[in-house]
Amino acid sequence: MKVDNDANAFYCDCVKEEQNPVNAMLRLDRMPSIWCPGCGVGTSVNAFARALKQAKVNLEKTAIVSGIGCSGRVSGYLNFDSFHTTHGRAIPFATGLKLANPELNVVVYSGEGDLIAIGGNHFIHAARRNMDLLVICVNNFTYGMTGGQVSPTSPASAKFTTAPFGQFEEPFNLPNLAESAGAVYVARWTTFHVNQLAKSMREALNKRGFRFIEVISPCPTLYQRRNKLGDGLDAMKYYVEKSVINNNADTREIKIDFQDEITVGTFVNKERPTFLESMNARFSQTIGASYQPYPEG
Amino acid sequence: MSADPAGVLTGSHYIDGNHAACEGALAAGCRFAAGYPITPSTEVVERIASRMPYMGGVFIQMEDELAASIALQGAVWAGKKALTVTSGPGFSLMMEHIGLAAMTETPCVFVDVQRGGPSTGLPTQPGQADMMQARWGSHGDYEIIALSPDSPQECFDLAIESFNLAEQWRVPVLLMMDEVVGHMTERVVIPEAKDIQVTERRFTKKSPQDFKLFEPASDMVPDMAKAGDGYKILVTGLTHDERGYPIMNQHIQEQLVHRLVNKIRLNANQITRCEEVDIEDAEVIVVAYGITSRVARRSITIAREQGVKVGLLRLIVCWPFPEQRIRELASKVKAFVVPEINYGQMVLEVQRVAAGKAPAILVGHGGGEVHEPEVIAAAIIKAAKG
Repeated sequence: MKVDNDANAFYCDCVKEEQNPVNAMLRLDRMPSIWCPGCGVGTSVNAFARALKQAKVNLEKTAIVSGIGCSGRVSGYLNFDSFHTTHGRAIPFATGLKLANPELNVVVYSGEGDLIAIGGNHFIHAARRNMDLLVICVNNFTYGMTGGQVSPTSPASAKFTTAPFGQFEEPFNLPNLAESAGAVYVARWTTFHVNQLAKSMREALNKRGFRFIEVISPCPTLYQRRNKLGDGLDAMKYYVEKSVINNNADTREIKIDFQDEITVGTFVNKERPTFLESMNARFSQTIGASYQPYPEG
Repeated sequence: MSADPAGVLTGSHYIDGNHAACEGALAAGCRFAAGYPITPSTEVVERIASRMPYMGGVFIQMEDELAASIALQGAVWAGKKALTVTSGPGFSLMMEHIGLAAMTETPCVFVDVQRGGPSTGLPTQPGQADMMQARWGSHGDYEIIALSPDSPQECFDLAIESFNLAEQWRVPVLLMMDEVVGHMTERVVIPEAKDIQVTERRFTKKSPQDFKLFEPASDMVPDMAKAGDGYKILVTGLTHDERGYPIMNQHIQEQLVHRLVNKIRLNANQITRCEEVDIEDAEVIVVAYGITSRVARRSITIAREQGVKVGLLRLIVCWPFPEQRIRELASKVKAFVVPEINYGQMVLEVQRVAAGKAPAILVGHGGGEVHEPEVIAAAIIKAAKG
């Protein structure tokens, strides 16, 4: 059996420290979280905390920004400079934060309703500009905190409180959206793939530009219950049975249909100038030597 | 503290109000601006775009007003002074984030160069119909500070004051210009940096262990910390306790919202500012702001020539409303005349505060133009006759 060295090192840490090594990353005085049993948001946070522990980023200079909803609560549970902002607007808040202090390592952590429905415009523009942000999108196919309404990734035929006869709109294929808008790093994993997810997060943390990770995540309380898909464990079984790892897959080909195959992997990993690099290049060229380049982080 | 010379274009300039507001912001230390172009405010961000690279700051044209109005708040929490600029419809889109700034006590400046409305209305022509929206436009209970300049010089001066008030009280401050003041070109004198007083952010001196982000000092305003300094701050638009932790109960809501409201209401006399002209013997007082106050000066001359004792109370700070002064005057005068380029906004406040002791007479205008001075003069003369 192939040994995952990262995971191995991580568990060795656990034993050495005799406590959960991600504790330092959490506001423990805020535990327990509001998330339901079987929910995948906490699992993704665990992977993220592990990624942070292993990534070569300055934790003092790490800031987490989220919008609202279940996944929007992530910022408040993480023990960093945390900003819980308005519905859909985490990305523009993060943009201001990053541009005002490029030393900050800014992570946007939210749900698909927040980032892609109400915040869709900000998402595509931040990707277009190659704003130096890591965006983690917990995609559970539904609006959780508001009670299970249809979302921009809801698969066709699934039922929601606002699509009681079954969803009939075309859902977004998020990796494809991110890539087309200009993201330099695009990956998708499920909450079953905790080690791969943590590794992807770590890779993305150590990269510059607009980086996007989609985390397919269960919502047993609303999405699964309404669609008779069982509990959290059933979601894991679905992810095990139907996930196909295909790194470098063509993002046009990886849409997710109801209970159908989920292509996971790292699909895009490329370089192009960030917003601040482009800004400095342009101003240096046009203004000349008298221009003092702005710090790029 | 004196202004950073980098942002101060000392000298005498012949520029319009929009350009002057930009210079005021830069002189106040604004080093981050996010905007979305909209008439008649556009020249403010256009000038910022050309000046900011020389200031060591950043201007970004965001994808919409919602983005602009929250990007500036991100910049504030990273330690910068920041502003956004808009007009009518854009101002409507920014309302949610004025509430966020009030709730999270984020010091920032919104410039609204008012045009005729409602809706798309008259993009290139004046209005003063966003005054109540400035006060009440976001949901929930909160207080803001709003100022109204009547000249390009004052666009410069009040832009600085907007930043100073924002830092002092940790509230969003709204610079309520109008199209005429924004596009009016006059001489603007920019002093030397050492003669410009700027209020710096009050950062905590406590250690991260002892610091609570929303624990008020004696002036009801908490000290700040910024991202990246090791304080691990938690900032949320949810109802929160002194640590910033979201707590959903009516006790915390009462404690927080009451303080947000009271830090302005109980200190209103320190914040309000009016200009008074010929008030001493006045039987009628014109209450006006922005461009309308300049028209009203002519109306007052016309009425005085006809023997009417009339004075002007010009609102420089519109919110909080100068209740105490209006109340004092209400018991001395026959009437207030309130000309506005709207169909009755600040006049409602004059009526409320005068509380029946003197009538407040609206001279309304739908927008697109300023009043004819004779129209206001006629209302003054009629009011004087009782």
